[in-house]
Amino acid sequence: MRWLPVFKKEMRLYFGSPVAYAFLALFLIISGWMFSQIFLIYSELSMRAFMQPMGPQSLNPTENVMRPLFSNMSVVLLFFIPMLTMRLFAEEKRAGTIELLLTYPVRDGEVLLGKFLAAGAVYLLLLVLTLTYPALMAAFGRIEWGAVLTGYVGLILLGATFLAVGVFVSSLTENQIVAGSATFGVLLAFWLIGWGADAAGGRLRTLLQYLSIIEHMDGFGKGVIDTKDVVYYLTVTAFALFLTLRALDAKRWKG
Amino acid sequence: MIQVEHLTKRYGPVTAVSDVSFNVDKGRIVGFLGPNGAGKSTTMKILSCFMPASGGSARVAGFDVFSQSLEVRRRIGYLPENAPLYTDLPVGTYLEFVAEIKGVGRRERRAKVDEVMERCFITDMRRRLIGKLSKGYRQRVGLAQALLGDPEVLILDEPTIGLDPKQIAEIRSLIRSLAGQHTVILSTHILPEVSMVCDGVIIINRGRIVAQGTQTELVEQVFPTARIEVEIGGPRDAVLAALRAVPGVLRVDDLAGADSTARFLVESPRGRDVRAEVVQLVSARGWRLLELHQVGMSLEEVFIRVVAGEDTEAREEA
Repeated sequence: MRWLPVFKKEMRLYFGSPVAYAFLALFLIISGWMFSQIFLIYSELSMRAFMQPMGPQSLNPTENVMRPLFSNMSVVLLFFIPMLTMRLFAEEKRAGTIELLLTYPVRDGEVLLGKFLAAGAVYLLLLVLTLTYPALMAAFGRIEWGAVLTGYVGLILLGATFLAVGVFVSSLTENQIVAGSATFGVLLAFWLIGWGADAAGGRLRTLLQYLSIIEHMDGFGKGVIDTKDVVYYLTVTAFALFLTLRALDAKRWKG
Repeated sequence: MIQVEHLTKRYGPVTAVSDVSFNVDKGRIVGFLGPNGAGKSTTMKILSCFMPASGGSARVAGFDVFSQSLEVRRRIGYLPENAPLYTDLPVGTYLEFVAEIKGVGRRERRAKVDEVMERCFITDMRRRLIGKLSKGYRQRVGLAQALLGDPEVLILDEPTIGLDPKQIAEIRSLIRSLAGQHTVILSTHILPEVSMVCDGVIIINRGRIVAQGTQTELVEQVFPTARIEVEIGGPRDAVLAALRAVPGVLRVDDLAGADSTARFLVESPRGRDVRAEVVQLVSARGWRLLELHQVGMSLEEVFIRVVAGEDTEAREEA
């Protein structure tokens, strides 16, 4: 497989420029702030619950801290993932380097895979760093690692979907800014579509809920892996990557 | 090594290349010559498998550029126009990436990269970011990446553009040294470059091939006669008539001249030298011979004649 050189090159470009560092640092600051706020609210709630004899005996920390944290992180990722993907094809097209890249003895699919996996690797690194939050909770109390793990499976799937959409949009334009903002727009639209579900009824409601890109994350946060959600993320990812291949091909035909 | 048959490329309504056919034999260096926008780059993009043709076929090393694109791409080194490179990578890292993607084995990779860097005179630039290099160095890095993997065929789109005269000379001798083992097709609009570097020439204008062959063939094709230019001090009409009467002279053109002198362009069949007769004539008549020289048929004159001729025809048609 010839995807490895492309992967290595992309990793060098991520870490040779401020992109990866800015992505990691900013996301960790924002999610760290969220974690601390959610945790403070949780500790207050559980204190009050403890003092009320009729209230619940204890509040589950995983359910009350990690689940909202996962859902908040999903929304923040919506803003952050385009930072990782906007450069991938747009910059190659702008600089003309795509002409060399696509005339090397590699298949388009291998080029795409190398780029997608490189963005995925930076994203995975981010997720590993966010393990600090559950680790901190584990240090001061009990935590259900099973549910946390499930949440992370969800974040991986969600991230793959965001990345695939980002890569596809990047393959459509020569302008990084356009690629970044359009990716953000598309992802946001797929999130907001779920809001319509509350007003709609019947079949439409189910459909809108099913389409909503973050809605599917909720189950994972609860510690439930639902095939429906897994299939949704995998399908959208595969479809976006397939469209990217078509876009690369079309670029050749049009010249 | 390269066979192109009836190649046509249309971008929407614009035809960039139309019915182009040529062959390049193994080990030869062929120059692609033409004014800007003639279709040179388009042809090269098709040969390098970057884009498909709208019609016709092209084969490199026996493989079709469209249906066997991977096989072709394993055998070519391509330098696109303006050498697009990753400006954020250091030269060494970039070339190692290219070597790896071209399938150069891990063990020999370092040695191969060193070798092409030496050949292109960029060894001391290994750690420099490509974006910080001058145009000339960038061009050479582009050439180095094309040479990696020892491709049988090199497709070089304006390889000497942006270089200073010394660098141009170095790159030309580098390209010259590739002849024999490598087949090279290079485009340029610098005419002397073709004379110095290439075995064969293809002149292309408005997407069509207007002339092709070796340099001597082209000159003979376009200028079938030998020409001399003379300036003679003597009565113009009498001189003209006398020159026309010289045996072997096909045609005499009046080029005017200073008041008391006359300038003429005298054409004779190729291989028939009429200079001696002209000198004899002048001294016999008591005129003064002020100047006499053979008009060299350079590629430049061929090019101008062929391309300008085409353009006039096109204008007349319209």
